[in-house]
Amino acid sequence: MNAPRLYFRYLGVSLRSQMQYRASFVMLTVGVFLAHLTEFVAIWALFDRFESLRGWRLPEIALFYGMVHVSLALAEGVGRGFDVFGRMVKSGEFDRLLLRPRSTALQVGAHELQLVRIGPLMQGLLVLLWSTTALGVDWTLARVGLTVLAVLGGACLFAGLFVIQATLSFWTTESMELFNIVTYGGRDVAQYPLTIYRSWLRRFFTFVVPLACVSYFPALAILDRDDPALGSPIWFRWSAPLVGVLFLAVSLQVWRFGVRHYRSTGS
Amino acid sequence: MRAYWTVLSARFRLLLQYRAAALAGLGTQFFWGLIRMMVFAAFLENAGSRSPMSLEQVVAYIWLGQAFLLLIPFRGDAELEDMIRSGNVAYEMLRPVDLYGLWYCRGIANRVAPVLLRCVPMLVVVTLVGWLDWPGLHVLVAFAASLVAAVLLASALGTLMTITLFWTLSGQGINRLVFAAMWMFSGITIPLPLFPEFLQPMLAALPFRGLCDTPLRLFTGHIPLDQAPVAIAHQVASAVGLIVFGRWLMALGTRRLVIQGG
Repeated sequence: MNAPRLYFRYLGVSLRSQMQYRASFVMLTVGVFLAHLTEFVAIWALFDRFESLRGWRLPEIALFYGMVHVSLALAEGVGRGFDVFGRMVKSGEFDRLLLRPRSTALQVGAHELQLVRIGPLMQGLLVLLWSTTALGVDWTLARVGLTVLAVLGGACLFAGLFVIQATLSFWTTESMELFNIVTYGGRDVAQYPLTIYRSWLRRFFTFVVPLACVSYFPALAILDRDDPALGSPIWFRWSAPLVGVLFLAVSLQVWRFGVRHYRSTGS
Repeated sequence: MRAYWTVLSARFRLLLQYRAAALAGLGTQFFWGLIRMMVFAAFLENAGSRSPMSLEQVVAYIWLGQAFLLLIPFRGDAELEDMIRSGNVAYEMLRPVDLYGLWYCRGIANRVAPVLLRCVPMLVVVTLVGWLDWPGLHVLVAFAASLVAAVLLASALGTLMTITLFWTLSGQGINRLVFAAMWMFSGITIPLPLFPEFLQPMLAALPFRGLCDTPLRLFTGHIPLDQAPVAIAHQVASAVGLIVFGRWLMALGTRRLVIQGG
């Protein structure tokens, strides 16, 4: 069985086990969906009062919001196993994975697909779709393609962050709460255009964690806006999402390095 | 009464052990506070009279909100949830004390201990940086009274969320909804006065504002001192209402509860 097929087999098992409790699943998903939607309602409330944010309007913010939320939801859905990896190291469960003649990254990633993640995914998609109709942008094929690419690049970036977070637990055997700053904090930062933040935060999310490459820069190209604050070239705005893919590739190398240095807790 | 006090203090001492977690949590909360501060500063930049709060008030509100964030019961009591799921809740029910009172006391400790660990360093830092102006003594007394009322209210809500877990399957979904309502209407995401005017009567009536918004507005002077008694009375009344409802729901839940043997 080749790797993709194996991956989907894992996911299938995970899905079937969760669908055993269908009523609970539906309630939870609806709850999660609404809980996430409140965040956008909060942004709407602020725009109702203040009308604009440094020249940005609600549909534009909705584009930022929708893209980053869909990206994170996809990454969480696909790579959730990395998010809870600290537990696997602590319990020694990871040893069993090492014995199997398959890629460890694949096994961990497919470990536990959370179907509940449909909630945030739908929520993000809903906001994104609303923004595409409210924006009044001419949706050429290139623009649609760039939006999809940015969302996928963002998913790769977040997946890469989860992988790095998991790799750290080889050394700490703890899950790192501080790491939430770059994953969930990053999501909250990227809900707004980068220019509203101070320069240290802007630099951090451009050069250290290149979230701006999958959110701010492609969004500028989609919205056909200038970039007086940062002065990015146009070709870069169109190709920036690829940085997310690159980030994931590097993260997987870091993961491999971590696995080689893994020592079982022995419990 | 002594039994409740013992439960409270034992739980309290246990929770104060998690200092490393508190430190990590503190770091993340500082980060979130900073982001929020920048976002609101951008919103209020050219707002003029459209904003019912000054930037200083909003900034103080944000940091106080971060300092007292864990007052909000984000979920039911996790240990009790496990007990309900495993059937060990039977032991809890056999104890010769009132079950609601017991869980409510646990709830108070669950709220207060983590807040104590986090609010002191947080308040010290933001005061030193100059993001928080302390009001006069009278206002501080009103603020403290409102905080106590907030704890009573938060524990009532948290206990209620735990009780819904007697209906395990739907309880989890309901807890998510209550969580969403708290997140939205307590003032932790955005200060309640910044919501559109037509929502204000609803926000004022709901119990959730007593968790965070009421004490914070007293502190920042957005609620004047002479209106403090009314504001605190609203908190206490909400707490009492939720306690009565929680007791009723618990009676209902325990009557139809089936403990699986084995």
